[in-house]
Amino acid sequence: MNTKRKLFQTLSVTSVATASLLGAAFTTISGASSSTLAKGAPVKIGISLSLSGDFSADGQAFKQGYQLWANSVNAHGGLLGHKVVLDIVSDASDPTQVVTNYQKLISTDHVNLTFGPFSSLLSLPSAKAVSRYGYALVEGAGGAPSVFQAGLNNIFDVSLPVANDLVPFSKWVTSLPMSSRPKTVAYVTSNDPFTEPQVTTIEPTLTKAGIKSVYNKVFPAEVTDFTPIADAVAAAKPDAVVLGSVDVPTVSAFMQAFEQSGFSPKVFIATGGPDQGSTFIQAVGAKNADGMMVPNAWYGGSANPLSKTMVAAYVKKYGGTPAGVSSDVAEAFSVGEVVAQAVKATGGFDNAKIIAYLHGKHTMQSVQGPVTFNKLGMNITPTAFTFQWQGAKFVQVNPVNDPNSVKVLYPKPAWGK
Amino acid sequence: MTGSVYALMATGLTLIFGVMDIINLAQGILVILGAYLSYALAVHLHIDLFVGLLITIPTMFIVGIVIERAFIGRLKGPEKTAMSILVTYAVSLLIEGALNIIFSTNDVQLQAWYVNKSFAIGSVHFGYIYVAGFILAVGLLSSLYFMLYRTRFGVSIRASLADQTSAALVGIDVRRVSTICFGIGVAVTAAGGMIYGATNSFNASTSYDLISRLLTIIVLGGMGSLGGAMLAGVGMVFVGDMVGVVWSPIWSSMSYFIVLTIVLLVRPQGLFGKPVVRVA
Repeated sequence: MNTKRKLFQTLSVTSVATASLLGAAFTTISGASSSTLAKGAPVKIGISLSLSGDFSADGQAFKQGYQLWANSVNAHGGLLGHKVVLDIVSDASDPTQVVTNYQKLISTDHVNLTFGPFSSLLSLPSAKAVSRYGYALVEGAGGAPSVFQAGLNNIFDVSLPVANDLVPFSKWVTSLPMSSRPKTVAYVTSNDPFTEPQVTTIEPTLTKAGIKSVYNKVFPAEVTDFTPIADAVAAAKPDAVVLGSVDVPTVSAFMQAFEQSGFSPKVFIATGGPDQGSTFIQAVGAKNADGMMVPNAWYGGSANPLSKTMVAAYVKKYGGTPAGVSSDVAEAFSVGEVVAQAVKATGGFDNAKIIAYLHGKHTMQSVQGPVTFNKLGMNITPTAFTFQWQGAKFVQVNPVNDPNSVKVLYPKPAWGK
Repeated sequence: MTGSVYALMATGLTLIFGVMDIINLAQGILVILGAYLSYALAVHLHIDLFVGLLITIPTMFIVGIVIERAFIGRLKGPEKTAMSILVTYAVSLLIEGALNIIFSTNDVQLQAWYVNKSFAIGSVHFGYIYVAGFILAVGLLSSLYFMLYRTRFGVSIRASLADQTSAALVGIDVRRVSTICFGIGVAVTAAGGMIYGATNSFNASTSYDLISRLLTIIVLGGMGSLGGAMLAGVGMVFVGDMVGVVWSPIWSSMSYFIVLTIVLLVRPQGLFGKPVVRVA
């Protein structure tokens, strides 16, 4: 009996081990199959976007950008002859949900490629999740230093690395004659990986130029009431305000509180919010927007021919004006353009080959300009610009020596003037 | 002044819980719905934000009655309170989806000539909208108190608050009282939403932040306590603002939760809540 029992146990263990190996092999084959497509089969691209929650406005703009790109590609015969199908799921702006979403997209939906979510906060956990499956994560809104410091091999940000976003602004400020240069500055920023590096990068430059910091505080993203913080800034009466903001509500809250305090700085730049086109104008009013500045690598009036085509397609589909197109749309569109060029260059949808190609120092073209990645996945070619609202128009003002830059509206007009 | 608006929104939530044992997770999205109604009236019909309340408050009252009749009133039995969390969350998702379709997810803010204006007393500036919001909140809360303590219907509500079975035994139509209470609890969101929308940019997703704050307010004040909701609403903003200005904004949100934790350790029922004894 004992011999039979041992034999049975051995067979059982062997069966379980064999089944596990077969399962693992099947999983590998299944994963590998995503790189080759049958003729006529669509190519599925998995994307998690913040369609609700804190980043919902940006998430919807990203969705528009991705869909515009997919429509454009499909209108021209698809990717290597395969129709592009976007598999978009919502992560509710939650860094935990975004991981679940990408796992589902790859292991259940069997997407061929993955595009990134919105924000550095969500891009980093997403990249870690998809790297376990060997997928590339090309994204357009995850340029915080913390994203690249993770040392992942599979993440690529097509946009401007955020740490240097405010550099042209600081160069312009320090180029002003001492007599008209701001004497004091207030730094106030959300504790977000997108905002803090930008603000801290320019502090030494402005200090060295003799601009005294009169307020320097970090606030948590979940602040209920910005009024007391804004009042404290207003009480310090700085000539310049550098606001580390991610979204429109934060900027509009500060603007409203400043106006109610009777305070209007000579210079007011926010890291995010004023670049959201018509959304920003709807929230703050066109007159109050006058003079507000924001750094970015793209705007609706860009002379780039690829950008002009995309903006025309956007206005045709969604209405509005070029100034009203959110930079999120361009960032998402650029992701598609870069991946399409990598797919064409590698001749397929093999993520390992795509990752190798993207690391190969090739320069690709996008609506935001040229894209070349370093070994960290950081785009090393883009130029940072500063934009400003002037008379309901969103114009490029920095770098000062750029032929497309117009004169900075300085000092900023009083609120509502 | 901002705290009074939170108090107003939380009062509706605590009134509903006190009378009906319903935890209304939809209160946040109903505030946003109220804000969007004011937005639609202002943008499309050019109706002033405060004048618009004459339309939005009754409208939200009816919305509350419909929700109560369609969903809440059907909840029965010992699991009623727990089930109400799921049902009102589902209602919240439905309204959020509808608002996203109708208004998109772009942030908007209510605009009027007085929204960004202020007056100064000495060196202190007071925003018209905050002062008006404070007066509105105090007025509505006073009216609510008058109704509760000076009217026959108020007696019915307070009796239902104290003990639904006993109230029914003395001839009070508890079902009707509950429906009207839910309507009132939702109606105040029209005013709260208007002031919130004039002082903050918002979209439908803003409701998640709002409901989490409203729930902590009524937990601190004591579930079912109107006075507690008012005190906690004002206290939440006051504590956060003071810490933000005197110390650092980074601690402003956490400071309120520290206060909440300390209070709950000493008084698990909240500041003005009644102790609950679980019967085995």
